[in-house]
Amino acid sequence: MNIESALARLIGELPEGTTEAVALGTGLADGFDYYDSAIGTVAVTFNPEGVSSVDVADVGFEERFGERFGRTLIRAEAPSAWSRYIPDSLEAGRPGKLPVDLRSVTPFQADVLRHTATIPKGEVRPYAWVAHEVDRPRAVRAVGSAVARNPIPLIIPCHRVVRADGHIGNYSLGGPHNKHDLLEHEGARPERLERLASSHVRLQGNASTAIYCHPTCHAITRSKSANVIDFHSRDEAEASGFRACELCRPR
Amino acid sequence: MDELGNALATDLDGSFQTVVEHMGTRLYWGLRRMSGDAQEAEDLTQETFIRAYKALCVYDGARIRSIRLEPWLWTIALNLGRNHLRNRSRRPTYVELIDTGTHDPEVVDGVAWDRRLSNLNSYQRKAVVLRHVVGLGIAEIAAATGRPQGTVKADIHRGLARLKQAIEEES
Repeated sequence: MNIESALARLIGELPEGTTEAVALGTGLADGFDYYDSAIGTVAVTFNPEGVSSVDVADVGFEERFGERFGRTLIRAEAPSAWSRYIPDSLEAGRPGKLPVDLRSVTPFQADVLRHTATIPKGEVRPYAWVAHEVDRPRAVRAVGSAVARNPIPLIIPCHRVVRADGHIGNYSLGGPHNKHDLLEHEGARPERLERLASSHVRLQGNASTAIYCHPTCHAITRSKSANVIDFHSRDEAEASGFRACELCRPR
Repeated sequence: MDELGNALATDLDGSFQTVVEHMGTRLYWGLRRMSGDAQEAEDLTQETFIRAYKALCVYDGARIRSIRLEPWLWTIALNLGRNHLRNRSRRPTYVELIDTGTHDPEVVDGVAWDRRLSNLNSYQRKAVVLRHVVGLGIAEIAAATGRPQGTVKADIHRGLARLKQAIEEES
């Protein structure tokens, strides 16, 4: 037996999945898996930086991901260290301990999205509120486009940002009916919001505390309805001797 | 190899998978013949490429072009292998692929050769595998293992003698 030539034949094939595992480990490709959500099955994508996108799990989602992020997708289980947070984050509508990859948006847009993620479940805020929160009160339109470009809907709850007039407005993830359904699911009562918007009510105050809020702030939704007063503007509320709620910082 | 170095220097993300395609097989089988363990070889192969990619990300073009890729990958792999057992429980396994079969691509006589190779000390086994399974030159092995060329040659010589002896004892 020639030992050298026998040794040279001891090479087989690369094990299945090696190339894919390297692509995922380097972040050259993202992994994806399917999860249940309040609006049906969604595809969640992830890479070593965190969760990179959430999209409706239809036939076109892989192509949309490729166009937007310029990377390919590989079906995989999320990293075990944080995969258990994904269902909770989808349901709670906030990232919590789940790392999110916001490299696909500008630093300003990432800032907008991080503040959007602080809106409590069951509540909504207008775009102008987010603009104030990020210290760019005049950048309401830029805030609007940042929210519209949210790569991680549901987990970053852009469905909780509504139009200045109080109407619930548009939604990128499958259309406005999903925004309605999500708000309904979270107890934000979208019909009530639309009704208030139609009668131009932007804010509500509690007559016994003389504090005014956004109409979904839990400070006002838990007030006795006999004490609740409608306002059309901050000026009207302030002129009536009310001060702004420190929880919802009304705008 | 220079072509690949150029490609990596100009478009790392676009060409890195080519490195995996060109060198992954030799890296995996070399590691498997050194350890005799399919899972360890697979883990180390993936981890080596991931470390290599991260390193290349911070290197400038000139430095990438100056790298001799295969010995460089082996330097990373052998360093990782040294710490592998110690860190095995702590190392994060990044992802589990869904739908991968558990098919083992082991070659004919692979198990028998792993048994014979287990008679060699670890320096001899690494040197013999790198020379005759992977096909690296003496200078490349010396660079990858950090041992002088004369020592590498002696390791190979003694390793082959041991293998011959093991085969004789079998018959």
